[in-house]
Amino acid sequence: MSWTRKHLLTLEELSLDEIEQIHLTAGAFKKILGRSVKKVPALRGKTIVNLFLEPSTRTRMAFDMAAKRLSADVISVDAASSSTTKGETLRDTAQNIEALNADMIVIRHAASGSPLYLSRILDIPVINAGDGAHEHPTQGLLDTFTMKERLGSLKGRKIVILGDILFSRVARSNIHALTKMGADVTLVGPATLVPHWFTDLGVKVSYDLRSALADAEVVMLLRIQHERQTSSHFPSLGEYTSMFGLNKTRASWLNPSAIIMHPGPINRGVEIDSELADGERSVILEQVTNGIAVRMAALYLCAGGQPEHVLGGDTQD
Amino acid sequence: MTSKAGSPLIFRGVRAFDPSHGLDAIVDVVVEGDRVTRVGADAAKNLADVASARVYERAGALLFPGFIDLHAHVREPGQEYKEDIASGLRAAAAGGFTDICAMPNTKPVNDTRAITEMIVHRARAIGGTRLHPIGAITVGQRGESLTEMADLRDAGAVAVSDDGRCVTSSAVMRRALEYASTFDIPVIQHAEDHALTDGAQMHEGAISTKLGLRGWPRVAEDIIVARDVLLAEYTHAKYHLAHASTEGAVRILREAKSRGISVSAEVTPHHLLLTHEALLGYDTACKVNPPLREAHDIEALQRALADGTIDCIATDHAPHSSLEKECELAEAAPGLTGLELCVPLLLSLVEKKALTLARFVDALTRAPAKVVGLDMPQIKDGARADLVLVDPNEAWTVSAGALRSKGKNTPFMNREVKGRVRATIVAGEVVFDASASGAASS
Repeated sequence: MSWTRKHLLTLEELSLDEIEQIHLTAGAFKKILGRSVKKVPALRGKTIVNLFLEPSTRTRMAFDMAAKRLSADVISVDAASSSTTKGETLRDTAQNIEALNADMIVIRHAASGSPLYLSRILDIPVINAGDGAHEHPTQGLLDTFTMKERLGSLKGRKIVILGDILFSRVARSNIHALTKMGADVTLVGPATLVPHWFTDLGVKVSYDLRSALADAEVVMLLRIQHERQTSSHFPSLGEYTSMFGLNKTRASWLNPSAIIMHPGPINRGVEIDSELADGERSVILEQVTNGIAVRMAALYLCAGGQPEHVLGGDTQD
Repeated sequence: MTSKAGSPLIFRGVRAFDPSHGLDAIVDVVVEGDRVTRVGADAAKNLADVASARVYERAGALLFPGFIDLHAHVREPGQEYKEDIASGLRAAAAGGFTDICAMPNTKPVNDTRAITEMIVHRARAIGGTRLHPIGAITVGQRGESLTEMADLRDAGAVAVSDDGRCVTSSAVMRRALEYASTFDIPVIQHAEDHALTDGAQMHEGAISTKLGLRGWPRVAEDIIVARDVLLAEYTHAKYHLAHASTEGAVRILREAKSRGISVSAEVTPHHLLLTHEALLGYDTACKVNPPLREAHDIEALQRALADGTIDCIATDHAPHSSLEKECELAEAAPGLTGLELCVPLLLSLVEKKALTLARFVDALTRAPAKVVGLDMPQIKDGARADLVLVDPNEAWTVSAGALRSKGKNTPFMNREVKGRVRATIVAGEVVFDASASGAASS
């Protein structure tokens, strides 16, 4: 088992083995997070730039914390403080960051494909922290990591992704990871948000919530993204909630041991009942915690680390 | 590189091919002044001033009537950093075109006589390939009020189009067709229902879904073509569809033509050859409007070009600088540089038997001449000497240095292609000679 990639751009391009390497590495880092001293020196002396050109709270905080746990120096740049507001191109911004001797760049950008573009023009590793409606690989990795912690192997498991699939990079990354891991994935939502072309990615598409949720072991809710919908894809939030919102009745259709996931931020009362979000089947906050470990793994591996160096356990403290 | 018409030109032992009158023979073709004066076996033999003649002799070479491109973006005035009339005409000549029609989406838009005249005068002063402006349908291409089409025509415009934008209002399009028919000039439509393509980066389908890019659905083209065909029928006007890209548009055109409606259409080399899968690596060179579609669209377009449902080949030459292409896909401008790649790309379809050589030539000569009312170029005694000499077997590699256009934006960059224009003659004048020019290297 060895890690050879410099960039983490998509889960589409990762092999099952590579996904498992990240999961294993994340598992080792997660143990460290439970200690009183939560820091390892793995990336000491390295500078990581978090270039977040689109609003983000949790992903940015998780990358920030992950880099600090690895002892890297971190600089975060957001859209408001970057020169892109002065008309600087992404190319120039990124080349300037590289010229400042950054060792790695983590990018969140509204344009699909922009991390791939940066990886072509920069010599340093590029980590995709979400590009448009394309992919959000670390989210897909932390979601599958969380599912594996709860369910064990995902092979043959019935997993439902519910909501705004069309605009969701989280859905795409999860689809790629879950299909590689052998899960049985169904996408559900109104047809305007779940176009039939998704079946090309090896998943089922359903517009019938009841049959989709029946005996599912995971239901992943996606946030209804008002800001991305240029024209209305459904008539009202009220109708969306009445047709596709997860409530207690609908949750009862799930497998009794099913878990409820959400990448956040949650629109309470829209895609999910507040009570369910805080309920015992919800793993929403575990996802957040695991997000740090998974991002530590991503940063560590793309910086040249190897899984076996952390799997031994205590060598790093 | 151009040589003034004076001494005769001799094409010795070339395969002269002109489907307009069934010419396909190994002959000599002699040009004196601005005319073809002799066509025939050994026609050059007893020419008086043979010693001073410029002789083209190349085994396997084909001599065609000069090519006409109905759809080029020459960018002047306003975006000369992308292309100007001089570089655009050089590229056209190198691509085998004796005539090109220039789309009006310049800055400012060519919607008035003054701009049309300026373009005409600049092109004449530069010389070489002839340039025919296309005026805008509506003022500022805003889709609202009609331009002064009579004035535009008098200044030299051969058609009107809002290319880049679609005339989406049925009322405006109806009036545009009616009004243009007063002067017998065609209305060239960029068929795109903009309400269906907001934010679109590529063809809507499995690939756009995977890449997380907003899609440009086929129906956005089909809806406009269907409506326009009905309006053309109702108004008895001349309607021409720019850059057809969908199977549906082909079906609608075929039905319209079968009922005798005056519609014509063009297709670009890239829509005939590339699918949306070319976008899988977010290659900005493949971003174009209308977008690259799917394999069954390509098949339908190829068949339609072969059987004449689609009349013309047009390049939609859209040069951009690296500023517009070396960026993230969402920021990239749509369009490909096209004038210099048309011949090799289309000859690949001829070689694959998707297209006959006769239809290939017809679609670049007689058919576009008819759409915009230009003289039909022909190879015969007494015809104006508009000619292109092509070596169909010469392989060359597409490179920035090999392209005369300022636009280097093409997905075919660094690819080896087969078929090369050796010389282009406009009214007896050599406007391009591959042997004489240093810029291109094979």
